[in-house]
Parts: sequence; structure tokens; C-alpha cells
Amino acid sequence: MTSSQRGSAPAITVDGLRKSYGAFTAVDGIGFEIARGETFALLGPNGAGKSTTVEILEGYRERSGGEVNVLGTDPHHATLEWKARIGIVLQQTGESGNVSVREQLTHFAGLYPNPRDVDEVIAAVGLEQKAKTRIRSLSGGQRRRVDVALGVIGRPELLFLDEPTTGFDPEARRQFWELIRSLSREGTTIVLTTHYLDEAAQLSDRAAVIAGGKLIDIGPVDELGSPDARVPLVRWRDPFDGGRVREQRTHEPARFVAGLVARHGEPAELEVIRPSLEDIYLELVGSAEAHTGTENAA
Amino acid sequence: MSADTLTRTTIPTAKRPRGTAFGPLRPLRLGLRRIGYETKTYFRAGDTVFFTFLFPVVLLGIFSVAFDALGPVGANPDGTGGVSQAAYYLPGMIAAGILLSGVQNLGVDIAVERGDGTLKRLAGTPLPVISYFIGKMGQVLVTSLAQVILLLLLARVAFGVALPTEPAKWLTFVWVYLLGITTAAVLGIAISRLPRSGKSASAVIIPPLLVLQFISGVYLSFTLLPTWLQNIASIFPLKWIAQGMRAALLPDSFASAEAGGSWNLPGVAIALGIWLVVGLVVCRVTFRWIRKDS
Repeated sequence: MTSSQRGSAPAITVDGLRKSYGAFTAVDGIGFEIARGETFALLGPNGAGKSTTVEILEGYRERSGGEVNVLGTDPHHATLEWKARIGIVLQQTGESGNVSVREQLTHFAGLYPNPRDVDEVIAAVGLEQKAKTRIRSLSGGQRRRVDVALGVIGRPELLFLDEPTTGFDPEARRQFWELIRSLSREGTTIVLTTHYLDEAAQLSDRAAVIAGGKLIDIGPVDELGSPDARVPLVRWRDPFDGGRVREQRTHEPARFVAGLVARHGEPAELEVIRPSLEDIYLELVGSAEAHTGTENAA
Repeated sequence: MSADTLTRTTIPTAKRPRGTAFGPLRPLRLGLRRIGYETKTYFRAGDTVFFTFLFPVVLLGIFSVAFDALGPVGANPDGTGGVSQAAYYLPGMIAAGILLSGVQNLGVDIAVERGDGTLKRLAGTPLPVISYFIGKMGQVLVTSLAQVILLLLLARVAFGVALPTEPAKWLTFVWVYLLGITTAAVLGIAISRLPRSGKSASAVIIPPLLVLQFISGVYLSFTLLPTWLQNIASIFPLKWIAQGMRAALLPDSFASAEAGGSWNLPGVAIALGIWLVVGLVVCRVTFRWIRKDS
């Protein structure tokens, strides 16, 4: 909860985690560590095993193998004291439509030993105008904010966010990011699964990419993927080659383009592309899936 | 959410947070808090209020008015000793209310909460399971007491039913009611496990209970039923709750109309006691916050 906890034992340790449903292996030997106070993103396509992994960490699912330690405890043997230290924002919204936003938050605050102030949390998720509205009358995005508010009301040391901004408009997402940053400044460890790579880049210190139940990369978001994947790409239409689109990867795009101009004059449809996080991510996931495909065929 | 409100969340609040520290009384304190929350949400759900809370009240009104022309029930040949149709139906409607407020209400309610993610959310909080149960049982007790009082008032005020004056009759009423409602609530929690989804909860739970009401002497006089149907009904608790309520609220001259010719109150206590224990064991063994995969 305070900065003094940073640098102590990791908040989460996962080693050789496996989860099988019959013959299907959803999670296949994943391992990583998350430090106290860190914001960590889990990326991956649908069905990659992200949510399964997170639900094992939250204590909702039992694992088939491997070791998991969350805040010094095996979540499979979670106590109520342990639950009081974590906050969970599930992928799916619960209904509880018959109470107002403030009533619901007040009730949930009472379940924790040291909760946040209800009105401050309502303000932090931007629902001051809706505090007295029944939850069932809220829009999808507003209900999602209630979910987030319920996740943080207990002043958790560790907060799990499973695709938290689904259904948010761009403005609401930016406000949400500010909220997450302020929680992080207070020392909250945050585990985020998301489809939005910009969200991971904005918020997280490190990210792991999961595909086909395997961890395919882990590290600071701006270092994911192979170094080659980050090399800028020059693309142009070559009039001397039947009008074909040509591409060249180069660390010196300006010099390369200057050479092109010197030889052929102004190139048609010239683009210099610095691979976005999304490009790198798609390449990572794509090659991992191709690899799994060959393995299965063999 | 302005920048101003965001910075406010980072400042430690001076106000004493209204939380619940860990301690031996925590499950009870949270349970009492759950009773308030559960009761509030119960009365806000219009369909529940009608089909479990007001339904027996409406039926008592209809039966009392519709059958009034048939004259008193159970009168001697000289015209004395009978009771009005309202008085005759009152014990059955109270028994039906106990079944609806306990079994039907909780059976559907908890199945819906399991389906819509409410239980999963609670599972992620430090709420003890026992506090959740206290909340449900308390909600049942509060709403069912209100229902019984409403039924008694309607019978007394609108239909002039003479309620018993002997303390022994009221003592019977109190213990049959408390044992009946506790058993019904526990069985409601137990059968909430049956529906596979929240959407199917009403369809799975309500029809069997409706059949039970017809064969247990609630709407139809029990002794009118063929013996084999009586035997089937005697397995289930509603028949015994209704019998106990008749023992409490009808004149003792009606005991001869019961199966076996007496109120058989020890039988009522034993049958309900067995169902209570069975229900508790089933709850203990089967209740999970969520359907954990293996």
C-alpha cells in the first residue's frame, strides 16, 4: 500500500503453471514474477489463456500443475484476510441492479477492514451524477465503472483488472487510465489483461504476451518482440519494376530514401514505417500460432 | 472525473472508514448487514414481491370471498362448531406463504445470483459464506413474518376470523412457524443448486412447488386426496407445516378430520426436523460460490 513495500518479495510468482480441461491444455507451463507496486499487462488473443491464468491467481480456478504465490499465499488456499488485500474487476459485470451506486459501494466497503471513502471512489470513477441511480438504469460503460469502483473500494494492495475498459468511450478510457496511474502512485500492484495495446503501453511497466497457453514474450512494453521487428520499414512503388510495391527494412531510413531520390528521383507512394506496438504484437502472436500449427501437424 | 477528484483519491482520508475489522464477531456483524441489504433488494423486485409475498394474501382473499356462499366448514348437524371459509383456508395460506418465502424465494434468488455473477463477485470479497447465509435466512424471516402478520390481519379484520385465544394454541403456532420457516429457508438454499442457469431458475423450481401445494392440503382438503397421494405428500415438509398450522389455528374438533384422526404434532416436529437436518447437510456439502471446474 505504501512505497515501502516496493522492492520487497514479489507480489506474484508463477512457475510452470498448467491448466488442462480434459485433453485440452489451456495454460501450458507459464512462469513470471510481478514486483510489488508494478503494473503488469497480460496480452494475447482470445482463448490464449489470459483469463484462465488470471482466474487462477484470483483463486477462482484450480490449477492442474505448477506453483503460484500471490501476496505470500497459494490462492487455492485463500483466506478471507487474503481476499481483503486483493481487488478484482472481473471480465463480466455482475447484475445487482436493484441498488443505487452509492448503496452498493457502501455495502461492499463494509466488507473490508480498511476501505476507501465511498464518495471519493464514486468521484474517482466519475459517477458523482449517478450516485443515487439504480445500477440497472446505468449504461454499459457506467456499469463497468461501478465494477472498477467495487474493485478498488477495499483499498487493495493488489488489483486485478480483466479487460476493464471494454465498452468505454475514448474519453472514459483516458479518465480510467488516470485513475489507474493514481492507484499505482499509491503503491498498488496492478495486473491488467487487455486487448488494447495502447492501454498496455500507457499503463504498464512490463507486459507478457500469451498465445496458445504459452508465454511467448515478456518485458517492458517498448522492448517486446525481436529487435528485427522494430527496424523501420521503407515502402515505395518502383516505376522501373513494373510498378511493384517494394519494401526495405533499414536502421537508416533517411539515408536510404536519400539514395532512392538520388537514383530515381521522387519515389511514388513513399512511406517510412516505424513498427507500432500493434504490428510487433501481431507478428509475435502470428509467428507463435504458426509455430504451434507446425507442432500439431508434426 | 476531473483532475481534482483524482488527486483527492490519493490523499489519505481523515474520516474513519466504515469497515469491518477481522474478529470473532465479524461473520455475525456482516450477516446482520447482509440482512438489511437483502431485505431492501427483496422489496424492490416487483415480481418477487407479488409471487412470493402477496400471492398467499391474494389467494386467501379470493377463496374467502368465492366459497363464502358454501357456508361454514365442519359444522355439527345442529349448525354449531363450524368455521368460516376464511378461517378454514387461513392455516393453508400461511403454510403456502412459508413455502414460497423460504423455498421458492431463496431457490430462485440464489440460482439467479449464481447465474448473473453476483456470487462470483462476492466470492472475491472477504465476505464469509456464513454471513451470506445469515443474510438470506434473515431476509426470509423478516419478509415471511411480515407476510404472516398480513395474512392474520386480513383474516381477522376483513373476514372476521376468530383467532385462537388459548396460549397453548399460540405456542404451537410459534414453534411450527419457526421450525417451518427455518426448514423452508435451508431447503431453498439447498435446491438453488438444481437450475443450470439463472434464466431457468423459475421454470425449474416453481412448478414442482405448485404441485406440492395442491397435494399437501393447502388448496384442497388433504383427506379428499386418495391415500397413495397422501402418502407421497407426507414425504414432503409442506404437508406437515400445513397440518401444524391447522392444529394451531383451527378448533380441536377439526382434529378428527385429519389423517389418523389427530393433529399428530410430534409427527410434525419429527418430519420437519428431519428435513431441516437433510437441508443443512445438502447446503454444507454442495454450496459453492461458483461452479469451480475440476
